[in-house]
Amino acid sequence: MKKSNEPLWWAFFGAGGALSALCLPALLFLLALAMPLGWIETPSFEAASGLVHHPLARLFLFALISLSLLHWGHRFRFTLYDGLQLKHLESLIVVFCYGGAIVGSIFAGFVLWQL
Amino acid sequence: MSHPTRYRKYHPKLYRTRMPIFWWVRKWTHIHFITRELTSVFVAFYAIELLFLLRTLTRGQEAYDAFLAWLQTPLALALNTIAFLMIAFHSITWFNLAPKALVIRVGELRIPPVAIAGMNYAGWAVFSAALAWLILSA
Repeated sequence: MKKSNEPLWWAFFGAGGALSALCLPALLFLLALAMPLGWIETPSFEAASGLVHHPLARLFLFALISLSLLHWGHRFRFTLYDGLQLKHLESLIVVFCYGGAIVGSIFAGFVLWQL
Repeated sequence: MSHPTRYRKYHPKLYRTRMPIFWWVRKWTHIHFITRELTSVFVAFYAIELLFLLRTLTRGQEAYDAFLAWLQTPLALALNTIAFLMIAFHSITWFNLAPKALVIRVGELRIPPVAIAGMNYAGWAVFSAALAWLILSA
């Protein structure tokens, strides 16, 4: 029997779904709505750099970003299959979804390494 | 001795009705389903936006200020408002489904689904408060 790597993608989907559900609403609300609308004070460049400089902070952000992308990759793959009936484009969709998530994760690692 | 082969179009055993592409707009539960599935697009959108915000920290004060200015444009605010609603929907549907995926037993006793959903919501509150504290004290 051909070994399936489906459980691996599902594990990423689950971990990413949970982590994004816990963290993203607060981060998005504070950084992308409350801050630009002036409801809370925007941290200075130095303060923001200091906040994310700790290796644990960067590791957390890497996990959050890469797992969120992998969560998207797995879920969106099936959204395309079921919602738009694109089963015949399977290989293209798999490359786009998982490939996109992996490329994004590598980019995230590269950016966070430099912080 | 040649018999012209006659095919029967739409053989009753082989005929399948085609599903219309927009099958999911007909029923509320289907719209709920497809909306929940599409939240992943906004999860990815915000993950990338956050990554670009972090990248400005490697590029200096000007890049940071420019990104903050972009966040104030009507387009960015509109996109982020939609993304916030969709990601909140993701969180709620995720935590409500968790008891179905996670069946915990203590001896004979099954932890009631409401308790597991409750723990998830409590975790959500703790994570949100911790992140808010970190950002507001920066």
